[in-house]
Amino acid sequence: MNPRDIPPEAFHASGAEVQALDFGYVRSPDQDHATPAQHPVVVIGAGPVGLSLAIDLAQRGQRVVVLDNDHKLSIGSRAICFAKRTLEIWDRLGVGQRMVDKGVSWNLGKVFLKDEQLYEFNLLPEEGHERPAFINLQQYYAEAYLVERALQLPGIDIRWHNKVTAVQSRDGGALLSIDTPDGAYQIDAQWLVACDGARSPTRQMLGLESKGRIFQDRFLIADVKLADEANFPTERWFWFDPPFHPNQSVLLHRQPDNVWRIDFQLGWDADPEEEKKPENIIPRVKALLGADAQFELDWASVYTFACLRMDQFVHGRVVFAGDSAHGVSPFGARGANSGVQDAENLAWKLDWVLKGRASPALVATYGPEREYAADENLCNSTRATDFITPKSEVSRLFRDAALHLAREHAFARRIVNSGRLSVPATLYASPLSTPDTDAFVGTQVPGAVLLDAPLTKQGQPTWLLRELGPDFTLLVFGPAPAWTRDLPGVKVLQIGIDVTDHQARAAQRLDALPGTAYLVRPDQHVCARWRTPTEAAVRSALAHATAAAL
Amino acid sequence: MLNTQPNLQACDDFYEALIATHQGLSTPESHAMNARLVLLLANHIGDQATLQHALQLARGSAVPTADRRTTPAITPVVPTHAVAA
Repeated sequence: MNPRDIPPEAFHASGAEVQALDFGYVRSPDQDHATPAQHPVVVIGAGPVGLSLAIDLAQRGQRVVVLDNDHKLSIGSRAICFAKRTLEIWDRLGVGQRMVDKGVSWNLGKVFLKDEQLYEFNLLPEEGHERPAFINLQQYYAEAYLVERALQLPGIDIRWHNKVTAVQSRDGGALLSIDTPDGAYQIDAQWLVACDGARSPTRQMLGLESKGRIFQDRFLIADVKLADEANFPTERWFWFDPPFHPNQSVLLHRQPDNVWRIDFQLGWDADPEEEKKPENIIPRVKALLGADAQFELDWASVYTFACLRMDQFVHGRVVFAGDSAHGVSPFGARGANSGVQDAENLAWKLDWVLKGRASPALVATYGPEREYAADENLCNSTRATDFITPKSEVSRLFRDAALHLAREHAFARRIVNSGRLSVPATLYASPLSTPDTDAFVGTQVPGAVLLDAPLTKQGQPTWLLRELGPDFTLLVFGPAPAWTRDLPGVKVLQIGIDVTDHQARAAQRLDALPGTAYLVRPDQHVCARWRTPTEAAVRSALAHATAAAL
Repeated sequence: MLNTQPNLQACDDFYEALIATHQGLSTPESHAMNARLVLLLANHIGDQATLQHALQLARGSAVPTADRRTTPAITPVVPTHAVAA
């Protein structure tokens, strides 16, 4: 079926129906061009990262072609933990509420060693944020809602069954050769963004590498649908060396539709083909859930992983985002979440460059900013992996010592690492930030993502992040100076006048005094702040933040 | 800064107590106890620079860096909007 003819309710159907959606091949007029058609932006890959990027660009008025060699959504749970920052980005893209409505919000985690609970932790959401710390949602649902949104936007042309077979990078763009069910064609992209996953065919076609560590371990994912709703609470359970799966680790997570995701560590010697057989999976699940548990096996997969990244994410007019640029282990939910942050970082920069408001140097800053964020994610993910699967005798000795002490001692619970959950990177060394000249305390340094806060507007509740403009925003605590009205493309938001900080949380989180001003980028990162802003300082910070000075 | 000047209030008493604490333990049990002891004392000291200095002195040669191309600053373990009990 032509994807544009799919009725909206099909995207809100059951998991099985959503996974069965089949996006039909539609011949593009480009295929009948005598010379390759020109496009400002081509995105390869219609996963969460490529779709988020395309929607962001289209909402900014850009035309985007998305090429995908497949014609289906993701199968199985795959990326399941979506973080607060991802939900905030998806709010901007018009799909955050749908994700939260369908997803399972969780905050209680339990950590077990052998047959004993060591401790539990509660990720109690702090008051005054619109979005929860995490939701669990199968990747196919996330993709379904993103595809539905993309189809609503006239600027996006998703071409399923379109496989890129060659990429010729050159000054000013890239020429793509594409295979379709009725023949090959070429298009010319002014900018090409590869969001084509860990194995990234684009990366390979350009002869580029991703380097790092490969972990010699295998994990089994089993998605099981429980018959009885009341069987297990909505909690994240993590076992070290449980009696039902000795010497290995196990993670249990709840997803929508009473589906439970279980990750069994198998060790390097396991045979992936054998382990994927239901007759081998079911006894493992029964050992965990109990012999009389009633469940159906929904999906299973055996995975290994690597922590790797490309040296550079920007290669002229070709940009890499998400797993194609960097791969992490699954512990900490840092894969899809960091990829969606890549997309957000890139979208406004491409938009500004395509509109002629900034030079290509602005897109080039995507490289150092997101390479830094990737290193932080890789570091956290590698540390979690080394804790969960110690690589030496002494590493295991200290791991077990920390677990042993964690029963009774809070300090040791901080050492136990079953995955440090994804938080957005603070881009401390961003070339787009203007260093502080005034004294501030707290986390909202230039480079940090702006923290949300509850506000009211004309008596109605609203949120700080929702009140930011699509481009730059100058937040001013109190009346803004008259010259702020002349700043091009900047929304001026006066806290206390346009909106009310009735709980004073915005002022507290931003360490604000009357007159304090924050300049916030289109991707909601702080790029400069002042106790008393001057026109010259703000204009200079804006020029800096759009790479005019680079 | 790590204090390597004499600082133990009763060094012979401490040393005796340390050896006595290991009495009756098998070698693996002793290793495990030592590991717990390192973690307990490290938490008491708390300061990363002091601990780094101690690690270096204990090893007696340069401490290898972790197998990564960079060691970036790490954002807080707990998301800033959430508190772990």
